[in-house]
Amino acid sequence: MKMTKIVRTTADLFFPFCLVFGLYVVVHGHLTPGGGFQGGAVMATGTALLLVARAYDDVTGRIRKGAMKVCEAAGLLIFLCAGFSGLFAGRPFMANWIARDGALFRTAIAHGPNAGDLNTAGLLPLLNFGVGIEVLGGLTVILLYMLSGIKEEKKK
Amino acid sequence: MRHVLFSAILLLFFGGLMYLAADLPFGDPPRTDMDDYFLRTAQEQTGANNVVTSIVFDFRGFDTLGEATVLFTAVLGVGMMFRKLKEGEEYEND
Repeated sequence: MKMTKIVRTTADLFFPFCLVFGLYVVVHGHLTPGGGFQGGAVMATGTALLLVARAYDDVTGRIRKGAMKVCEAAGLLIFLCAGFSGLFAGRPFMANWIARDGALFRTAIAHGPNAGDLNTAGLLPLLNFGVGIEVLGGLTVILLYMLSGIKEEKKK
Repeated sequence: MRHVLFSAILLLFFGGLMYLAADLPFGDPPRTDMDDYFLRTAQEQTGANNVVTSIVFDFRGFDTLGEATVLFTAVLGVGMMFRKLKEGEEYEND
């Protein structure tokens, strides 16, 4: 099923903005409302938009199911590795060990309202990123699987 | 007759539920030790401005790991349900 040219062009135009906004929500998860789950869902919405506007075969050329599966598994692996990394630092599982004495994301912030700094929060940005690409991959794979049965009817 | 009986039982059930719920302290929690602790120390301990994220990913990180695993398993299940049939395999209910 193919929509009109107007819908297709609008979907094409909005797709990159969806991805960028989702990535913004994921990356700023420790500063602003939102986080990995919400940002990943926003990014997957871009795929849904393309799938609604275009034929299934048009979309699979741009979004590969295999790559999305890799995204999903890699997201969970990042989460697990970040969780286990606390053990190597001599802290418990899932402990936020780089918030105080790591190399990255360690800027200390004052208590109370402040301007916010991306380079804070220790392990949280990493975990947010892992969950973000996992949700992106998972929801996209579900969408592609469920809509793969829709085929355009051939005209006789 | 059955409808009347059913309605009476339903009404009794919800009436009892409402009677019990009237005593619940909605909007007036008697103990706020945990909330106060998070609001006071979350920013210093995790360095995150977003206290909700610091609870979800740090204080309750193990729970979020379970959530991520649930999503992974759900996608796995959908993939198994929509898989392609093998050569010579047929639907069971055909």
